[in-house]
Amino acid sequence: MVKTRGLASLQKKNPTTHRHMTVLNLSKIAVKAMGRNKMRTFLTMLGIIIGVTSVITMLAIGEGSKESIQEQISSMGANMLMVHPGSDERGGVRMDRSSMQSLTLDDIEAISRYATHVSALSPMVSSGGQVIAGANNWPTTIQGVGKDFLEIRKMEVSEGVMFTDYEVKRAGKVCLLGQTVVENLFPDIESAVGQTVRFKNIPFKVIGVLASKGQNTFGQDQDDVILAPYTTIQKRIMAITHIQSVFASAENEMVSEQAEEEITLALRASHDLDDDEEDDFNVRSQQELIKTFSSTSEMLTLLLGAIAGISLLVGGIGIMNIMFVSVTERTREIGLRMAVGGRGRDILSQFLMEAVIVSVGGGLIGISLGLILAYGMGNLLVWPVVVTNQSIMLSFLVCAVVGIFFGWYPARKAAGLDPIEALRYE
Amino acid sequence: MKNEIIEILDLKRNFSVGIETVQALKGVSFTVSEGEFITIMGASGSGKSTLLNILGALDRPTEGNYVLDGTNVGTLSKDQLAGIRNQKIGFVFQSFNLLARTSALENVELPLMYNSSVSPRKRKNLAEKALETVGLADRMDHAPNQLSGGQQQRVAIARALVNDPVMVLADEATGNLDSKTTMDIMALFQDLNRQGKTIVFVTHEHEIAEYSNRTIVLRDGEIVKDHANLGRRAVLD
Ligand SMILES: Nc1ncnc2c1ncn2[C@@H]1O[C@H](COP(=O)(O)OP(=O)(O)O)[C@@H](O)[C@H]1O
Ligand SMILES: [Mg+2]
Repeated sequence: MVKTRGLASLQKKNPTTHRHMTVLNLSKIAVKAMGRNKMRTFLTMLGIIIGVTSVITMLAIGEGSKESIQEQISSMGANMLMVHPGSDERGGVRMDRSSMQSLTLDDIEAISRYATHVSALSPMVSSGGQVIAGANNWPTTIQGVGKDFLEIRKMEVSEGVMFTDYEVKRAGKVCLLGQTVVENLFPDIESAVGQTVRFKNIPFKVIGVLASKGQNTFGQDQDDVILAPYTTIQKRIMAITHIQSVFASAENEMVSEQAEEEITLALRASHDLDDDEEDDFNVRSQQELIKTFSSTSEMLTLLLGAIAGISLLVGGIGIMNIMFVSVTERTREIGLRMAVGGRGRDILSQFLMEAVIVSVGGGLIGISLGLILAYGMGNLLVWPVVVTNQSIMLSFLVCAVVGIFFGWYPARKAAGLDPIEALRYE
Repeated sequence: MKNEIIEILDLKRNFSVGIETVQALKGVSFTVSEGEFITIMGASGSGKSTLLNILGALDRPTEGNYVLDGTNVGTLSKDQLAGIRNQKIGFVFQSFNLLARTSALENVELPLMYNSSVSPRKRKNLAEKALETVGLADRMDHAPNQLSGGQQQRVAIARALVNDPVMVLADEATGNLDSKTTMDIMALFQDLNRQGKTIVFVTHEHEIAEYSNRTIVLRDGEIVKDHANLGRRAVLD
């Protein structure tokens, strides 16, 4: 009968007790194996690096444009409300708004009386045409407004003064010029204030210059404008009694919706509309505009993210590809590891670990590159970029999942090898 | 009487190749005692490697019993076989099978990497000791491509010794070496044997068998001879 070697050393080396590889040992094995072929490791990482870099950059651009749109809309007055004639009904035949005459000064009166959450109110009539000063002329729009208009639109007077209610009452021939108009009409004169400009043969005295607001979200030059009392434009230029639109401010952003409702009710009453009749005007708030544009730019973010996500997927497939090649190439190594005691699950873990280290390592490099690229673009191209923590966490998580997912099959293949055949592999 | 560390009884190993069945081992029985140096001889295809793979727990017999150091290997799971290989067996291959671009020391440490009860410090100590045993104390940091064939096989032998195995199995371990180096390696094996290691050495060369103290000859999967080499030669004589 077989007797065991009576050595104490053998008792403690009972092989049937469960040995477990510590994660530390496994990582060491994986890192050493990867270090043996640095070029391959790097090339495998490259796909992930590019994928994550583009995810971070794309999301930064998407998020950046979203925030900049929101900011710009808010800068036009986050609690601004606008009323235009005509219903907002879609699909039906709509008339040209400017030819509609459903809004009148009585409506302004009604709103100011009933809409308690409205803090500022101004009618608006506008007319396009050539403005002339001496030998210079410039095509622009003259907007007839009330004196609250500046407050509503968050505009400021940089020079001179805004017209008063008195000027409105007497339809004074005074105006304020936007910067673009000033530059084109008075290129050589130090101050436009005090000068006279002609619009449709009516002379306007320039009493103020507006502070520059630059372009708006839609690329329109907000400085290419002339403001004058609405009464002046109504009577002296357009010869109308109705108004084209109403601008108002809610007391604050929170009550914007209530203010909108109050305006609607005031106008319905003022227009004598029955319950079954539709509004013959429509009220739009800046808040709605922000929502609309936010959802558009969220779509953009999603789209950019999806494109970048695909490149990450391709990176993952790259990992799988190279891992498969690597498993075949290292068949003898695998056989040897098994011969010296590596179990199937040790081999599996090693290759899985290699895949995860490659993908997570690539992910970390990609995140760094993405940050550099995003902020580089932000600084050099003055492009609005915002890197969110979520996008970083998301990329990192996706990398780990990609590593495990795409490393799994090659690792399984390696673990399933027969040690004898693997050792014999040429 | 010496301790028997291996008992093999009517061992059979069949391979199915397509619809045919190849009987690589047709009922082999023998025992190995602690401290023996056995050569397994036979022509190519006689079943030597098949037998050695079963002895080394790399493969399981189709039929028959194999008891190693008190454990019936035939009943063990794959993972348990891996455990046996890790702690009771040292394997030396014809083609060295060292990890490329990896130092001799790290190559020797490899089996201990799969044994979490050995600390990193102890792992390094044991590997250094094993390399000293095979006479490569001054080559520990060398990668395989910086070593001669004989030195590479010494590293492989050190790797087989590092876990203090019950026995060392060698399959044509000198097959890739010139005759001078072959002698050196055989001297090393004899040395190890003198220090108490049990060795099973597969070869098809008669001269090599003369350095062992027992020869088992296989032909077509059966033992045709099993005799002691009374006049065992020492390489250094
Ligand atoms: N995996 C296998 N599949 C099929 N036949 C095999 C396999 N391994 C070995 N054999 C056959 O078993 C016999 C013995 O092979 P082997 O043990 O390698 O011989 P040796 O090592 O003595 O040259 C040979 O006929 C060989 O073809
Ligand atoms: Mg063979």
